[in-house]
Amino acid sequence: MRNIGIIALREIKTYFTSPIAYVVIFVFLLLVGFFFYSSIWWFNSQSIQMAQNPYYYQQININQMVYSPLFHNMSIILLLMLPLLTMRLFSEEKKTGTDELLFTSPVQIGQIILGKYSAALVVLAAMLGLTGLLSVFTFAFGNPELAQILNGYLGLFLMGAAFIAVGVFFSSLTENQIVAAILTFGALLLFWILNWASYSATGIWQGVLNYLSIFQHFDDMTRGILDTTDVVYYISYAFFGLFLTYSVIQSRRWR
Amino acid sequence: MIDVEHMTKKYGDLVAVDDLSFKVEKGKIWGLLGPNAAGKTTTMRILTGYLPATDGKATVAGFDVFHETNEVKKIIGYLPEVVPLYPEMTVAEFLNFVAAIKQVPASKRKQALDRAVEVSRLENVKNRLIRNISRGYKQRVGIAQALIHDPEVLILDEPTIGLDPAQIIEIRQLIKSLKGEHTIMLSTHILAEVTQTCDGVVIINEGRLMASGSLEELTSSFRKKEGVILKLKQGHEEAGSWLEEISGVEKVSRQDSEFTIEWSRDKDLREAVSRLAVEKGWGLLEMRPVAMNIEDLYLRIVTGGTGQ
Repeated sequence: MRNIGIIALREIKTYFTSPIAYVVIFVFLLLVGFFFYSSIWWFNSQSIQMAQNPYYYQQININQMVYSPLFHNMSIILLLMLPLLTMRLFSEEKKTGTDELLFTSPVQIGQIILGKYSAALVVLAAMLGLTGLLSVFTFAFGNPELAQILNGYLGLFLMGAAFIAVGVFFSSLTENQIVAAILTFGALLLFWILNWASYSATGIWQGVLNYLSIFQHFDDMTRGILDTTDVVYYISYAFFGLFLTYSVIQSRRWR
Repeated sequence: MIDVEHMTKKYGDLVAVDDLSFKVEKGKIWGLLGPNAAGKTTTMRILTGYLPATDGKATVAGFDVFHETNEVKKIIGYLPEVVPLYPEMTVAEFLNFVAAIKQVPASKRKQALDRAVEVSRLENVKNRLIRNISRGYKQRVGIAQALIHDPEVLILDEPTIGLDPAQIIEIRQLIKSLKGEHTIMLSTHILAEVTQTCDGVVIINEGRLMASGSLEELTSSFRKKEGVILKLKQGHEEAGSWLEEISGVEKVSRQDSEFTIEWSRDKDLREAVSRLAVEKGWGLLEMRPVAMNIEDLYLRIVTGGTGQ
């Protein structure tokens, strides 16, 4: 545990002494802010219209009309940006030769992987946490449901954690950061749209493809439904990514 | 302290280290000498636990490198060929990080850092970013990170490569000053480095052991033979067989107009050789002694001979 902390701390310092974390967080907040603004604007104009009609007035729901689309947009931005956050984790060490220091130190490979992984999780938490400021406005001027919002954030965090594990894996495969980022992005996008294939699939495959698709699991969460299968899905996704990383590093040393 | 027995490392079909065996004594500086691509880095990577060997056995301070890897990693300080540095950290931050992953307890880390900085003379650059310090300082940071946890064994892969002559002398003195407390193994392809800093040497080529032992042992075993190189103007065809006729001559070899004549150390046949050359009228142009020592052996290895 102590070793994981040491590795993670150094990695976090690197994120925040180099421009990477700032640029990623800045661009993320800018985009999320823009989406939030457009959703609120649309919500306002809808509310004014609906206020004319008592039936529709009952239907106005800030969670569904602002947060649900916002979470969807955030998840797509995460898909685009997290590969850039994870691409350097192992490939840079390999390129500069610092992996030789790490792997000849009395630290387990698993501890190194978990250290790096948690460092990226911290940056993800910072990205998501800072968007929480937006909710200050919605709570000040409206009455959204907190549990539903927290659910959405939990979903985003778990999804990001799964994305990061995939990124860590591809970073361990190559010493070229660009290659790592592109492979991660490609793999994530493929998993994202896997449910499209389920429309034409038959029998058990339809269920399998649907289950594997990231999109399918995220949909529930944005609507505020916390299903354990979704949580299990993301955690096993992350675990699988980290396990593959471990195998890659272990096998490279034995080759 | 370091004991390697029949170690072999293969990368697919390529044999990088071939049945290598040697021993390094405690508290001494041992050189691992060989031309480029001789298997020096691979050997060191195996000893430090970075790579596993394909076959054979290696122990460091009694711990098996393959089965007690973690114990070995604790007592080894390692400077890889490419100095592992994080350019965005300051020297002190970096050394502190290395101390932590080398399991130096938090309470002793400051002390360890101060000692490493002092020994490697890094006071001036302690708080500067590694990105901004000179090559010589980077190399010293590399040595400092290797000895920060006060390891029993130091393994230094080409510690003086790429430095200017003044820096090379400094690093060599630094390494010498670490002798006694630490057992040191350094690799190099420069023979002078071995004769100036090391107590013993392991010479390898193409992954195979060529010679190993303390410098005294090796020099005395090579001094058993002496010889001369003879440059002749004419009579190249007949000279070889005539020279072999001289009593006591063990070996004659020819390269164009130059003949190398060898005999055992207890004799001196120089006079007889020169007399013969003059009598036969071969036109003696040059006669010089052969250096029958470690330099000669190494030269033969580097120039592509097998070295015998």
